[in-house]
Amino acid sequence: MIVGGPVQELKLPELGENIESVEVSAVMVAVGDQLQRDQPVIEVETEKASLEVPAPVEGKVTELLVSKGDQIKVGQVVLRIEGGSAATEVAPAQAATVGAEPAAPPPLLRQDDAPVVTFPAKHKPKIGRAVPAAPSARALARQLGVDINEVPGHGPGGRISRDDVKAYVKSLVQGRVAGAAVSGAAQELPDFSQWGEIERTSLTNIRRATAAHMSSAWNTVPHVTQFDRADITQLESMRKRFNKRPEAAGRKMTVTAVLIKLVASALKQFPKFNSSLDLAGDAVVHKKYVHIGVAVDTPRGLLVPVVRDADVKNVEQIASELNEMAGRARDRKLKPDEMRGGTFTISNLGGLGTTYFSPIVNWPEVAILGVGRAEQTAIWVDDRFQPRLILPLSLSYDHRLVDGADAARFLRWTAEALEQPKLLLLKD
Amino acid sequence: MAESTKLVVIGAGPGGYAAAFLAADLGLEVVVVDPEENPGGVCLYRGCIPSKALLHVAKLIDEAGHAADWGVEFGAPRIDLDRLRGFKDRVVAKLTGGLGQLTKQRKIRHIRGTARFIDANRLEIDLVEGATDTLDFEHAIVATGSHPSRIPTFPESDRILDSTSGLDLEDVPAKLLVVGGGYIGLELGSVYAALGSKVTVVEMTPGLLPGADKDLVRPLHKRLEGRLDEILLSTKVVAIEEQEKGLKVTLEGEDIEQPERVFDRVLVSVGRRPNSAGLGLENTAAAIDEQGFIEVDAQCRTADPRVFAIGDVVGQPMLAHKASHEARVAVETVAGHKVAFEPACIPAVVFTDPEVAWCGLTESEAREAGIKVQVARFPWAASGRAMTLDRDEGLTKLLIDPETERILGVGLVGPGAGELIAEGVLAVEMAALASDLKLSIHPHPTLSETMMEAAEVFFGQSTHVYRPKR
Repeated sequence: MIVGGPVQELKLPELGENIESVEVSAVMVAVGDQLQRDQPVIEVETEKASLEVPAPVEGKVTELLVSKGDQIKVGQVVLRIEGGSAATEVAPAQAATVGAEPAAPPPLLRQDDAPVVTFPAKHKPKIGRAVPAAPSARALARQLGVDINEVPGHGPGGRISRDDVKAYVKSLVQGRVAGAAVSGAAQELPDFSQWGEIERTSLTNIRRATAAHMSSAWNTVPHVTQFDRADITQLESMRKRFNKRPEAAGRKMTVTAVLIKLVASALKQFPKFNSSLDLAGDAVVHKKYVHIGVAVDTPRGLLVPVVRDADVKNVEQIASELNEMAGRARDRKLKPDEMRGGTFTISNLGGLGTTYFSPIVNWPEVAILGVGRAEQTAIWVDDRFQPRLILPLSLSYDHRLVDGADAARFLRWTAEALEQPKLLLLKD
Repeated sequence: MAESTKLVVIGAGPGGYAAAFLAADLGLEVVVVDPEENPGGVCLYRGCIPSKALLHVAKLIDEAGHAADWGVEFGAPRIDLDRLRGFKDRVVAKLTGGLGQLTKQRKIRHIRGTARFIDANRLEIDLVEGATDTLDFEHAIVATGSHPSRIPTFPESDRILDSTSGLDLEDVPAKLLVVGGGYIGLELGSVYAALGSKVTVVEMTPGLLPGADKDLVRPLHKRLEGRLDEILLSTKVVAIEEQEKGLKVTLEGEDIEQPERVFDRVLVSVGRRPNSAGLGLENTAAAIDEQGFIEVDAQCRTADPRVFAIGDVVGQPMLAHKASHEARVAVETVAGHKVAFEPACIPAVVFTDPEVAWCGLTESEAREAGIKVQVARFPWAASGRAMTLDRDEGLTKLLIDPETERILGVGLVGPGAGELIAEGVLAVEMAALASDLKLSIHPHPTLSETMMEAAEVFFGQSTHVYRPKR
């Protein structure tokens, strides 16, 4: 079986104290797949969390030994990788990359069921499963006023060092500062079960990251949303004609691709929308590149792949690149780097049939364009009503940097470009 | 005229004097109340120290006999009981005298007497010299220790000993009955057996050293069988009658062929009781449980925030090293530090020959609590050092969490086990993994290598134990 590099086994790593076996909730790779190091290969569910297990090395999957729904034990072989370059030591699941950016804190397992070392009135020292920390680390935690049982240990066997205690205290302090702005969950939830049956499911990594990112954006950015609409009757007929050409097979021009291209041009026209606000540095950061993020709905949640240099690519290139990336986003194969560095975001919900909505600015960007479904509408043209295909547009922006008039001009320019796409394509 | 102090420590055993010394070192004004001339308590005057002096002698007598196997023969020992007692007393005097010096050097006021609480900030002290005094305090630490349990149905008799009078070594009885097969009974029984007594041990439960794992007790039991006259398990003493020629004892148990026997002396070693009565604790808010232990929290504070309690008087295990650690917690709490008594383990040592020692989780505790452990055993028959001592009955075992490989408990039996267990304590406290022990180079040839090799056994490969491949 050994062809090329050595064959490496990926075994289920230690996931935390008292976790012996887990259920495989998803398998993200197949035999023959070429793996990147740290690429998630399976997702497992414990009672408390779902975690991604990353590939320890680069290489090709030669054998896949688990499938969805399997109960697997710590140390059990998950898959074999051929051509692995090094490092059989599998990083624990803490190292798993979180899908969306910016990453939420690493999904450390909370050892909720670790015994809390407290004395009953009748004084009997705990034995056996005391927390794995040296007396000096326990003393430090006590001095700093944190429960040693809450501190995640990063040593062998989950041992908690003095440094772990310090890092935990630091994270608490920072969390408290950030929490003042970010956390919306300060109030306690009622007991919903008093009104009927409920079920609790754990947050996925993507959801956790999305929640943190949205709270932060919402709390940072003073949002205004403006609406406009574009008559895309002409664009639609052009797009259909284009896609009917025999050479267009497999390389379809999509509304989103056209939008990316048009918005990229708009951003060149209105560079403020391609910038970021650096209040602390008392500056505006102007980006000389145009990278456009596109919100993609995946079974696991919202992902935003970024089309680089959209201003210098043509619609066809953009369409095929986006198609390929969206596919990988749905297959969980998108790399974190492919979701970073956007300068503007487009959220097209048209496929799902909505009209206007107010998207949240994908901070540190300063604006986001929401696109609804185009509808045949009776429009008064040349002294009579005519059926026109009307596309609803919603532009949310950061009012700290962008004024209403700027936004109106940007949105109108974009709508007009959609109405007369040829003008734009000629410019290319 | 009421005198006052910031801190008063009642009792100057290993808990009390450690508390007073630390308090003084932290700059607190401290008074210690204890009837003895010098600090020491049961540990130094009537417990750990004198018994170890005698056990040292007992071991020497045993080894001198054992030496015949190696071609060195000594005559039968001639025992001068007065000189032996003198050796023991000198050890005690030197140590307690040293503590008295340390007390003076630290400028700690020692009031010789017994104290009782009048309320939560005043003590009444019956002075040894006769008068009564009062002392006001801001904080008090109760460290009054424990005393040997008595069996009320036994008669009052000079021939009935407890651990205290047993250590006085008045004579070497021809026939001695030890009631209770715990560590005190076995240690003192071993001393008297070495000095020439025919010793019978009676234990109510089915095994010696209740609480210790059976595999650790087995080698001790086997060796004691050769040294003691008889070990009667699952047996009770139902009556003792004082007769002219001795004590007539009636035994009850399975397979007792001769329930009525006569002994010259009976040593009662059936546990110890806390010294919480007569302290006037009812005049404070401190609470006492049904067994007489003072209830305390993790800071050794009683229900009365001014009153702390440490050592035997607050609960099991009644061990000097537990008391002295609690002392630090209590004093540092008084001094305003954030501390708690939360050890990962408290080691226990039985100073018989072989010694038995353990710390952390035991196998029976793991079973009861449903904690999954993997046990790695290294028999001393595979230890070179044990061979050179001609003592291969020992055993070193590690209780390991199979998931994390963390060492949760250590058990030892064999000569020197009491010294070896310290490494186990460090391993458990530091949350060491089996690989930590395995990869730490242990000196050769020593018994400490058995710790390392037991860790190797856990991983399925040990240099000196061959295991066929499965």
